Amino acid sequence: MQSKRTRKKLGREKLQRIIEMCDSVEGHSLDPFLLEVDEVISIIKEYFPEWKLPEDLCLDAETVHHLASVIKLQSEWVKHRSTSLYTDPFLLEEKLIQAENAEIVEIFLKAWHPIVELEQISIHSLAEAIRYWKDLLPLDERWKTISPEKIETGFATREELIRERILRDRAFSEELENLWRELKKTVEEKGEDDKIRYWDFVGAETYEETVHRAFMASFLITYGYATLEIHPLEEERFIKPYEKPLVKFGKKQLVSIPIAVTTEDWMKWKRGELR
Amino acid sequence: MSKRKAYYTNKIKRAVHLLLYKRHRKPGAKGWELRKALGSDYPKVLKILDKYLQALDLQVKTIFEEEKPAEKPTLEQLDKARFYITLRGELTPKEAKMIGWRIDDLAGLATTIAYIISKKGKTSRKEVEELLRDKLPGWKVGINIDRYIRYGYLTQDENEQLYLDWRTHAEVDQKALIDLLLGAEA
Repeated sequence: MQSKRTRKKLGREKLQRIIEMCDSVEGHSLDPFLLEVDEVISIIKEYFPEWKLPEDLCLDAETVHHLASVIKLQSEWVKHRSTSLYTDPFLLEEKLIQAENAEIVEIFLKAWHPIVELEQISIHSLAEAIRYWKDLLPLDERWKTISPEKIETGFATREELIRERILRDRAFSEELENLWRELKKTVEEKGEDDKIRYWDFVGAETYEETVHRAFMASFLITYGYATLEIHPLEEERFIKPYEKPLVKFGKKQLVSIPIAVTTEDWMKWKRGELR
Repeated sequence: MSKRKAYYTNKIKRAVHLLLYKRHRKPGAKGWELRKALGSDYPKVLKILDKYLQALDLQVKTIFEEEKPAEKPTLEQLDKARFYITLRGELTPKEAKMIGWRIDDLAGLATTIAYIISKKGKTSRKEVEELLRDKLPGWKVGINIDRYIRYGYLTQDENEQLYLDWRTHAEVDQKALIDLLLGAEA
């Protein structure tokens, strides 16, 4: 008696072979009637109760899909044969090879009714064209070169640059260290087991501020000031500060963890629905 | 001239302009274009024009978007169809030369069309090239197939498969061609 595993393996192989054969038929390299549709259906039916895994079910669906394409080709073949246009290609090829060019032309001329078409300019369209030409501006007037406006250069103060968001009012490293200190303090006050929920730390009054805090928190983690703890089953994320920044480059493979900070999530956090 | 006759005479003139003068890539006019220019009774105008053209050995040919309807076509089918003016009768080989076709090139076209019809409307370019090489010089085969494609008799897909294109459907009576070829004594 075949084991269930062997039977499944055999079933998969059979379906693969059917798909390959259908592919050959679809590629017009095989006669569509070489495929015994009834037999294929019985094989698909026989193994269908065995399939539990999504991959096996996909294979089953793919086989049915290919089989449907072959049945369509069979139906097209029957339809073509039943029309008056059907002719044996070999017989026709023979006729074409044996007939002289002049004879083929004589036959073709009896079935050819060329289209009558004219390409001629009329006096009306000439007059129209002259009118257009008269009104058309010369190229140098239509394609004028636009020279950029000259602007005097000047000096910008540090305050102006901060206002334009070119410079920040604090150095990046300073801001990062401030956030690290804030994280440690928040963990001490509100955290459990030396860590705090990610959203409870990055979440702020405004969405813009939240995004900025999430952006800075990502640098805290990358530069070894803190770490992320993820519990995938519970869908919980914690951020845990280190007492001293860790130097871990080169020792361990770093991984990137994308965390979406969407307005929906921020709203949920504000309502206390997101943990 | 009665008012009614004058009405149709004007419409026929307009229809001839639309059908004969090439305005787009393809000659002829679509049903909806004719309806827009001639009014909703354009099928009647075309019928009168066809009758008039009979004396000149020409005809108004209707090519439907899908297969030719078995019964009287609906207005929607007519709107989507393309109308051409074609020769009603036949050209003599001498006349065919006069309209710019060398006898070998025309024979090549006839062979290609017949071969594609026998292959259910689709065949590889390579097969056609082999068939034509039997009667045409090798250097000319590719040039001719490209010319048939350019004129709209054939079309080719990215896999180098050849199909019949709009001009063959408009100009060639495919059934008559096959019947005549098969009936010809080799």
